Amino acid sequence: MHVINIGLELFAETLANQNVNVLHVEWKPPAGGDNKMMELLSKLEEL
Amino acid sequence: MSTGKLIGEANQKAVSKIISARPRLVDIKPAIEAIPGMKKDLVLHAGPPITWDRMCGSFRGAIVGALMYENLAKNMEEAERLIKNQEILLQPCHDHHAVGSMAGITTASMPVFVIQNEEYGNYAYSNIREERVKALRYGFYGEETTKNLKWVERTLAPALKAAIKESGGIDMRSLIAKALHMGDDGHNENTASTVLFATYIMPSLLRTGYDKDVIYEVASWLAYDERFSSTAVFAACKASLDPAHNIENCTLVTTMCRNGTDFGIRVSCLGDEWFTAPSPMVDALYFPGFTKDDASLDMGDSCVTETAGIGAFVMAAAPSMIQFVGGTVSDAINYTKEMHEITEGRNVNYTIPYLDFVGAPVGIDLVKVVKTGTTPVINTSIAHKEAGIGQIGAGMTKVPLECFQKALEATVRKMNL
Repeated sequence: MHVINIGLELFAETLANQNVNVLHVEWKPPAGGDNKMMELLSKLEEL
Repeated sequence: MSTGKLIGEANQKAVSKIISARPRLVDIKPAIEAIPGMKKDLVLHAGPPITWDRMCGSFRGAIVGALMYENLAKNMEEAERLIKNQEILLQPCHDHHAVGSMAGITTASMPVFVIQNEEYGNYAYSNIREERVKALRYGFYGEETTKNLKWVERTLAPALKAAIKESGGIDMRSLIAKALHMGDDGHNENTASTVLFATYIMPSLLRTGYDKDVIYEVASWLAYDERFSSTAVFAACKASLDPAHNIENCTLVTTMCRNGTDFGIRVSCLGDEWFTAPSPMVDALYFPGFTKDDASLDMGDSCVTETAGIGAFVMAAAPSMIQFVGGTVSDAINYTKEMHEITEGRNVNYTIPYLDFVGAPVGIDLVKVVKTGTTPVINTSIAHKEAGIGQIGAGMTKVPLECFQKALEATVRKMNL
């Protein structure tokens, strides 16, 4: 089994401790999840 | 064109201007002759605008010291009365293309470094460091502080001015680039740039015709104050940043500074509007006998270095200074790597040997800061919160996220989105 873990690193560590092949992707929601800031960002980042 | 592309193009234009800047030390002049808008009844200070009532003690002390030096006040009470009656005005250095270390107090008679950005023709200014003991910038005032400032005005500045004229000036971009390869960061570690400054200026100083005792005094001063060149570096950073200011649709931060009470930023597309938040407490190593209870909040225009992509942004180039501010060498390397996440470009002119000569992270993008929640890192000295005590430590801090959040809202409003 190969696992890609996104976000909380604890899940990746737990799997790794059980010898599961896991790749951790460091991710957090934009603006720390602040809805107001995310809305403003979406207006500026329109491509 | 989409908003994202407009911003992207504007940011690329701005960061190219910062990278291609060619700051050169061309002169030393009294502030009243050099700085646009300077007046005898004007006190320039570090950070965003602030009133007397909101200043910490050391900031007030520096203003009193400057007014005593100018013979405009005899004591704290008289200085306070003049300011409250608006007989003396207070304005930020940044509003006059200038920067000042710590309290950053600059008045008419003080000699300032004059830096010309040869690529774009603009000028920037910074005052000259006086004695480390009883230094005005840390909030000292009184007879000894005035005497030290007068020595800079009457002995040091005229001789250096003559030497600069004789030499044809000093290429600050080249000096900073070399200093980063010798262990400087440009903000709190400037030993290498001071040695280079002294080396460049010494032959010309000898040819000025000044009395050998004066030359000995000036040369001894450059040997004594290992951070002497720092304010010239700060002004070089200011001269490099100003052409990137006032570019339509550009979300790069062109000013970061603090006054011991507020932290303020300005953004290229938003003109001269300030976005402020309470100045942070510095995570610090304190000198023996002092604690965080003694400390002022973060203070000074010196983080113009980080704004221009050096200082703590190139801590990986200056691992030895981590002993001064606290942390490990790994921390120093990580500071630099982290700042690449929130910047627009890499400065090919300022490279970091330890990271395979990668260019310094430059052009802080407001959008990236808010999106990632990663705010610019700064290394800094700490003044005592009360006047007349001085520097009590040094450490690391981060710019408050609130400044960027406020600026993001203003950017969206400005673009009518």
